[in-house]
Amino acid sequence: MGSRHRQQREGPALTTAVPVVALHGVDKTFANGTHALAPVDLDVRRGEFLTLLGPSGCGKSTLLNLIAGLLAPSSGTIEWWGGGIDATGGEGRRLAFVFQSPTLMPWSRVNGNVRLPLDLAHVERAAAESAATAALARVGLSEFARHFPRELSGGMQMRVSIARALVTEPDLLLMDEPFGALDEFTRQRLDGDLSTLWREHGLTVVFVTHSIAEAVFLSTRVAVMGARPGRVLAEIAIDAPFPRDDAFRVSTAAAAYAATLSRHVRDAGAAAVASSR
Amino acid sequence: MTPEDAWLRWARIVAPLAVATIAIGLWQLATTAYDVPVYLVPSPAVVMRTLVTDHELLLRSLGVTLSIALAALAVATLLGTLTALLFVQSRWIEMSLFPYAVLLQVTPIVAIAPLIIIWVRNTQVALVICAVVVAIFPIISNTTLGLRSVDAGLLNLFRMSRASRLQILFRLRVPSALPYFFGGLRIASGLALIGAVVAEFVAGTGGSGAGLAYQILLAGFQLNIPRLFAALVLITLTGVLLFAVTVSLSKLALARWHESELPASE
Repeated sequence: MGSRHRQQREGPALTTAVPVVALHGVDKTFANGTHALAPVDLDVRRGEFLTLLGPSGCGKSTLLNLIAGLLAPSSGTIEWWGGGIDATGGEGRRLAFVFQSPTLMPWSRVNGNVRLPLDLAHVERAAAESAATAALARVGLSEFARHFPRELSGGMQMRVSIARALVTEPDLLLMDEPFGALDEFTRQRLDGDLSTLWREHGLTVVFVTHSIAEAVFLSTRVAVMGARPGRVLAEIAIDAPFPRDDAFRVSTAAAAYAATLSRHVRDAGAAAVASSR
Repeated sequence: MTPEDAWLRWARIVAPLAVATIAIGLWQLATTAYDVPVYLVPSPAVVMRTLVTDHELLLRSLGVTLSIALAALAVATLLGTLTALLFVQSRWIEMSLFPYAVLLQVTPIVAIAPLIIIWVRNTQVALVICAVVVAIFPIISNTTLGLRSVDAGLLNLFRMSRASRLQILFRLRVPSALPYFFGGLRIASGLALIGAVVAEFVAGTGGSGAGLAYQILLAGFQLNIPRLFAALVLITLTGVLLFAVTVSLSKLALARWHESELPASE
């Protein structure tokens, strides 16, 4: 995609630069009194694949919405590339969001859906169309550009949704349990495709899931979260090399990471039960 | 398409036609068998004959009624949609004005038609206004509901993409509202005709501006019951036709993407 193509990652030096997103003491209480998130300190580093892992109700989606700027924190500060949310959206500071469901416009064809963020930004039609074509090629749906969303399977709709997020060449991609509603086989395939996209395009991703296996397979780092109130319990690096393939899913290394993550989640669950008694 | 689907398509047309044929047949049989006088219940054959002999008069009246109904439907669609667009601009506007839309809906048209006819000098315009009053509510309420029934995820996506108010309105709210709008239009098409007929009854316009309602009134006074029935048949057929046209419009606009217009087998 020409000039805006970013560099491939070049080792650990990049990840120690200015964080993409920096959260300091971010706390969220909703208007109805629900304390969704206790103060969180978290950095999102450039080029990493950070997963927010935890059980339902641990505030991981709330945290992601805060990072997306869809919610404002009750206290604490969030900085994007060292600035406020208003400074995002420009060159080198683009956010994109992939929701739990495909959230496609049913009245618009696949290419129209993918082009949407560019259309809204008044990008010239021909340029937007070619960017959409390229984004669809990345997710392997080139021949479905003229289809309507209802003509596609759930997994394909989700890939259209990812193509729509990629079309703006985002510098930070936020994904809220994107494959949660899909069957296990489709989910594993899409996880593999996503991992490849991330590596090949040097994306920075924050990914929310409640699947430990998915977190181990995809992430360079996992933030384990606990509930009542939601908080980050531990940050665990998954140092296994990429590319990770199906053999990695069943390897002892993966199992060891899964055991570590699962212990943290379980301990948090036990603590939550104890504190609620 | 499987043979079963093809058969179902035929059944959809044939079954109601069969019901009509049986009903008309029974009606014909009963009027002949019991020798019912024509000024009480004319037989279908007599009604048909009247439709043919009085066709000039009846078709002219049909033209008058239909043009009033169509004009009213057009005005109701335009005004109703604009009102709905206004309502979704702010909750305050909707809260302040929606009760009056309801007021318009619950006021019996026969009660206010005489006033409208007195106030508006041009009778045709007065009749159109009456029919608009009857037809506009489903358009306002359905379209307002539709404009508000926007997928929350898509709305978030638009906001994250820094979409302007106008972009959200025309690229998200309006397409989301289309199925609701067409639902309202179907109801309004029937109501516009009813409104036109009721207003004519009240106005009692004769002469060249005489619509089907006037023919019914006059035929009633003259005990010309076959003509009354013939006019009634024409009104009913017109209503069905209007409904069919709005259904086709809806199909045309939504067929490719909305669940309501997809074949049942999918």
